[in-house]
Amino acid sequence: MILSALAFYGFSTVAIAAGVMVISARNPVHSVLFLILAFFNAAGLFVLMGAEFLAFILVIVYVGAVAVLFMFVVMMLDINVVEMRQGFLQYLPIGGLIGTVLLLELIFVVTSWAVAPESGGLLAAKAPALTEAHNTEALGRLLYTKYIYLFQGAGMVLLLAMVGAIVLTLRGRPGVRRQRIGHQVRLRRDDVVEIKDVPTGTGI
Amino acid sequence: MAELWSIYLWPGAIIVAKIVAILVPLLLAVAYLTLAERKVIAAMQLRKGPNVVGWFGLLQPVADGLKLFVKETVIPTGANKVVFVLAPMVTFVLALVAWAVIPFDEGMVLADINVGVLYLFAISSMGVYGVIMAGWASNSKYAFLGALRSAAQMVSYEISMGFVIVTVLLCVGSLNLTKVVMAQQNVWFAVPLLPMFVIFFVSTLAETNRSPFDLPEAEAELVSGYNVEYSSMTFALFFLGEYANMILMSALTTILFLGGWLAPFGFAPFTWVPGPIWFAAKISFVLFLFLWVRATFPRYRYDQLMRLGWKVFLPLSLLWVVVTAIALVAFGWVPQ
Repeated sequence: MILSALAFYGFSTVAIAAGVMVISARNPVHSVLFLILAFFNAAGLFVLMGAEFLAFILVIVYVGAVAVLFMFVVMMLDINVVEMRQGFLQYLPIGGLIGTVLLLELIFVVTSWAVAPESGGLLAAKAPALTEAHNTEALGRLLYTKYIYLFQGAGMVLLLAMVGAIVLTLRGRPGVRRQRIGHQVRLRRDDVVEIKDVPTGTGI
Repeated sequence: MAELWSIYLWPGAIIVAKIVAILVPLLLAVAYLTLAERKVIAAMQLRKGPNVVGWFGLLQPVADGLKLFVKETVIPTGANKVVFVLAPMVTFVLALVAWAVIPFDEGMVLADINVGVLYLFAISSMGVYGVIMAGWASNSKYAFLGALRSAAQMVSYEISMGFVIVTVLLCVGSLNLTKVVMAQQNVWFAVPLLPMFVIFFVSTLAETNRSPFDLPEAEAELVSGYNVEYSSMTFALFFLGEYANMILMSALTTILFLGGWLAPFGFAPFTWVPGPIWFAAKISFVLFLFLWVRATFPRYRYDQLMRLGWKVFLPLSLLWVVVTAIALVAFGWVPQ
């Protein structure tokens, strides 16, 4: 299909361009907006591959939640771009090292597909065929049967991280008056209202 | 050449025609929803509402639109121009594209995708960007504070909405919106899942920034919140987007809980009425609830709003997911 090829090249070009803009944009908020654009195009590529469940989960989780929090933080920070540029050369060696390792890993993965084509087949064989089940159903069948312990383990790790973050930032400040709704609802008229018959000119 | 016509151009033309057939009634509905809102609230407050422009004030939306159209577009000097102009477009486009998967009758849907529910959820969760971009790009304290409030509110209520949707999906066994409706042929989900229906409705109020959760537009403290710097058509796009979102959320409530296009009873004379008319009637009913709530309740305080979302709705909906799953398995009702 010409259309899907066109869509593929469109999505991937925009994704890469947006990725470049994320690290080169001068304004951090623009960086986050370009990051969102990159997420979107990645979701589009997922749809083209027939993985619509992953595509929409990507949009819901990353665009709808994670990037919103990024935006929150970045918008409220007063980031001085010039100061950040000064550290560029200082961080270049370690950044370049990490980049090289990632690039090599990518090359290894891609060439292993080319050298041993059956290795890709091993991965694909576990899922039911698309004619048998939609990919949402296929993912569910795998996640909740074969990989149930890994799945639950990942869930526990995330829960622990969440609890940890709350424990680290929670501090009980003394002297804060909180609204206790149960207490307010329980109050009766006699508890809070007292009517006194005050004679004129005497006061209470 | 003939192949180009039969494979690309003709289907493309049909799709464009379908899009027009959805969008024109939708935009008309948006225009008349603004009139309906003023009329309903006026009736509840023993007033007449707009009654000067046209017969019974029926041309009022046209007059309002014209007024906004001929006003001057003001872009503040300190504003980030691109993002400033982009924000209302994002809001408006997101409110419209969601209609691609809404089924109006069996088979009467633009894109019958397998993950329709997820698509709608994704689109509604992105609605926050229009608000947050507008608030930041305006370069104004009030707009920024309004946007932050609004974003926090929309993100909070999305989570309980997600769990409510999961509950419905457990009872359906599919993410396809047509199948969600067809699963309600015996009983609408509003009956067995009544608490979830209430939670979902209240969450949609918060998600669309409607009263009593209209804190982003708290005119008393933030001089109208994130859209304070906007004028003319840029403001109109926010306004249209908000009302289109209201209709969309009503449609989603109808599909998930009120049986979509299905007649309330499966026998004549109810089945004589075509499905799209039932669908429109149910959407109108939910929209009336939106307006009724606005005329009835005072605005929530912000901390109470957050408490309701995180400490009441989230545990309750999470609990109900578990209860529903247990009930489905225990009674053998799990859909295949």
